[in-house]
Amino acid sequence: MSVNNDRLDTSMVSDYSKENGGRNQPLLSLQDLRVWFELRRFGFGHAGYVRAVDGVSFDLYNGEAVAVVGESGCGKSSLMKTILGLNRPTKGDVVFRGRHLTSLQSREMRDYRSHIGYVQQDPYGALPPFMSIHRILEEPMIINGIKDKEERNQRIRRAMEEVKMSPVDDFLPKFPHMLSGGQQQRVVIARAMIMNPNLLVADEPVSMLDASVRVEILRLLRNLQKNHNLAVIYITHDLSTVRYFSERIFVMYAGQLIEQAQVDDLLENPRHPYTLALLEATADPDAKNAEEYRDIPPGEPPSLVNPPTGCRFHPRCPHVIKGVCDVKEPPYFEPTPKHLVACWLFENDGVTA
Amino acid sequence: MTEEKTLLQIEDLKLHFRTGKGTVQAVDGVDFHLDYNRAVVIIGESGCGKTSLAKAVLRLLPRNVQTYSGQIRLHNQDVMLLGDEEFRGQVRWVQMSMVPQAAMNALNPVIRVGDQVAEPAMIHMGINKEQALNQARKMFQHVGVPVDFLTRYPFELSGGMRQRVAIAMALVTTPDLIVLDEPTSALDVLTQANIMNLLKRIKKEMGTSFILITHDVGTSSELADDVAVMYAGQIVETGDAYRFFTAPLHPYSQKLMASVPRIRSNQEPDFIPGQPPSLISPPTGCRFAARCHLRFEKCDQEPPVVEQEGRQVKCWLYT
Repeated sequence: MSVNNDRLDTSMVSDYSKENGGRNQPLLSLQDLRVWFELRRFGFGHAGYVRAVDGVSFDLYNGEAVAVVGESGCGKSSLMKTILGLNRPTKGDVVFRGRHLTSLQSREMRDYRSHIGYVQQDPYGALPPFMSIHRILEEPMIINGIKDKEERNQRIRRAMEEVKMSPVDDFLPKFPHMLSGGQQQRVVIARAMIMNPNLLVADEPVSMLDASVRVEILRLLRNLQKNHNLAVIYITHDLSTVRYFSERIFVMYAGQLIEQAQVDDLLENPRHPYTLALLEATADPDAKNAEEYRDIPPGEPPSLVNPPTGCRFHPRCPHVIKGVCDVKEPPYFEPTPKHLVACWLFENDGVTA
Repeated sequence: MTEEKTLLQIEDLKLHFRTGKGTVQAVDGVDFHLDYNRAVVIIGESGCGKTSLAKAVLRLLPRNVQTYSGQIRLHNQDVMLLGDEEFRGQVRWVQMSMVPQAAMNALNPVIRVGDQVAEPAMIHMGINKEQALNQARKMFQHVGVPVDFLTRYPFELSGGMRQRVAIAMALVTTPDLIVLDEPTSALDVLTQANIMNLLKRIKKEMGTSFILITHDVGTSSELADDVAVMYAGQIVETGDAYRFFTAPLHPYSQKLMASVPRIRSNQEPDFIPGQPPSLISPPTGCRFAARCHLRFEKCDQEPPVVEQEGRQVKCWLYT
């Protein structure tokens, strides 16, 4: 038994990582993904769709950290749940490690999920209050058929050490309510890592934590990502933490990715008016902030049942081009290399394929 | 600091709770003052007593209070001397009101929001329902909620709109002081910025003073004239916002500021090692000493509050 081997399970994780360890083939590929939820009138009778995710495509490679930024109700969570295999795509597909999500049978689904770790937003809500930390960390391994108790214990110890919960023996018999928020989030991360996933989906992992602990948890995630060559999808509404965590960033609005770029590029040269508004709204501590009003577009994100025609941001956009933005949906333009923006203002900067 | 300028003066305010495990010293000897038409933000980690301080100022106390003492002078009147009924009749809502944490989710789901906003006006201003609804309509305009929303129910409004309604409710009696407890923490980034814009406008147009309680240092700077940093039930630093945000004095303030991720600078944020002490048996001496990188022998004794060019800091380093 090779306990010290980084990839313990005999399934295809290790094979896959070896074959595609380079960055040639994407680990995860979303292909025009649409997740629509049917609305029913009085429980039956069709009454339209909530188009939570409406045409999202991107590729994610081994060891890459990306951030998905957007406000609540923009479809981030539906996107994430689809990647985790908790929602079925309405159209399009998710390809993970070369396999199509829509083609998986229920047993294959379990295997699929075991390669994706999930870090929830609210650590206390995500940990069953009646289970000890040991039991919480053991559960995924029991479900995934790791029968050797000794191996399970070894993995638990290793996961706890990796999230810096030492001395391990002091914490294992404890229950979630006995831990601080930061420690609870560490347990959640340890649980997400226990099956040695290829991909970690972190849904606002620090938004419920104190500022003083946030950086610590982000740094921990970052180290795990580097040490294990993990791919990470970091979902957040807070642009200010993105820089310290991810390489690429996707800005999501009303079910669509409206801008994608390298993090530094996006923060320094934001293009889409919505991205500009997000940046404008994010305050760094500075006494000057109190002296001026922030220039924020009025209104709220649109209904996803009847989204606006054309560009979905056009009713709030200060730069709206009448007759264009409200009619035609913008494709991606590429004003600078690897910087895609779905906005008609950049029409003359070249269209991508 | 003449008497006419000072709206609120708090001295040695204490609020201790009785619990099964012992006495929780949630607010333990807090002093600060607030001038007319100014905003003070109180920042600190969760569990440092910020919300208890707000509740102590408004005397919204739970049943397990053990100690509630000190001086709260509002308009130069010591409101601590008032009985509960007098306080309710003369102070709360009339002179100061509060937007509690998650107020937007605390609206009564079966009462129209207009009626909910009008109610404190009827009770505290002694006006009839029609006048109160008029007053509510005026406040809706102030906070940017369309007036036809008066007859809507809370579930028909978005989070941002409900938060505006909660602010309208605090404003409806035109108090001099509003205490806001984490008014934007459950809201989206753009909505947050809109609410902060709104608070700035109310401050300017209506001359209201604010106590803003938050753990979000970035947002706090949107409204702050003065800053008070709270740690383990005590205020460790107060001062004007400009100098605080450029050069905080107390080691805790410095660490707190350094932990804020910034979007307009490449400076790597840092975290504060360790955890805040228990408020049941706080350490003697400086309460931050265990986590402080500048600790020295004197820190085992209770630090004095030192005046430093108009700012106050509770730290031995400045003696």
